[in-house]
Amino acid sequence: MNPELTERDFASVAPYLVGREKVREFARAVLATAPLHHDVEAARAAGFADVVAPPTFPIVVAEATLQQLLAEPDAGIDFSRVVHGDQRFTYSRPVVAGDELTATLRVTSIKSLGGNSMITSETTMVDAAGEHVVTSISTLVVRGDDS
Amino acid sequence: MSILDGLETGQVLAERTFSLSRDTLVRYAGASGDFNPIHYRDDVAASVGLPGVLAHGMLTMGVAAQPVVDWLDGRGWVSDYQVRFTRPVVVDPVDGAELTVVATVGAIDDAGARIDLTVSYAGSTVLGKAQVRVTPLG
Repeated sequence: MNPELTERDFASVAPYLVGREKVREFARAVLATAPLHHDVEAARAAGFADVVAPPTFPIVVAEATLQQLLAEPDAGIDFSRVVHGDQRFTYSRPVVAGDELTATLRVTSIKSLGGNSMITSETTMVDAAGEHVVTSISTLVVRGDDS
Repeated sequence: MSILDGLETGQVLAERTFSLSRDTLVRYAGASGDFNPIHYRDDVAASVGLPGVLAHGMLTMGVAAQPVVDWLDGRGWVSDYQVRFTRPVVVDPVDGAELTVVATVGAIDDAGARIDLTVSYAGSTVLGKAQVRVTPLG
């Protein structure tokens, strides 16, 4: 894997508009039945502007930035050998329907361990006002030839 | 009343079992945009040496947070959530897979609490260091 990826500037991906039906669809997909994911009135009663996205929803937005990484011609990442090692979401506030999120990728570390490579990236998402909403931190493990 | 009132370290907040089926995987693939065929095609899973079709790690992570979100019931929000994917969840075409989630209070401070998740399938934990930070609302 190319160690210089950590110094690379990736362009922000096109803003992602969080739709109310998308939030409901994603909530159903992760078996999330809490009313604030589905019912606008319940979300507003809890103080939110619209239905609240489940905690892992930002992976949908981060996906486009991870594709950017895998598509780098000199990255040396074989997608068929990639497994998800760990994942973290660090929020400044919850994501709600109506948010327009702009995501920017940064590769924070590349390590080799026992024939495998581990690449950690951060996707920072800001709202239309430029305020931080959430950062998605992913470590991908690229398995070596022997594993 | 704050969600933190009366909370004690070690307290079990929730214990739930979720049934995953192949339908669940297809639905998650569609909703998330992750169409890696190892999550719905037995032949592809076998060709890359897997024991069967696997649940998306992000599906397991997403489902595992639900007992905490339900416990919060709009009185707080998830401000940080992390997991390590340690074991795959094989989803049988007929019997599916059962995930058990136990949510325990790990630590409490002035601003919120850390909830630790134990997520298991077929008697083994599948997520490591699964921690949810909850922050009270209001």
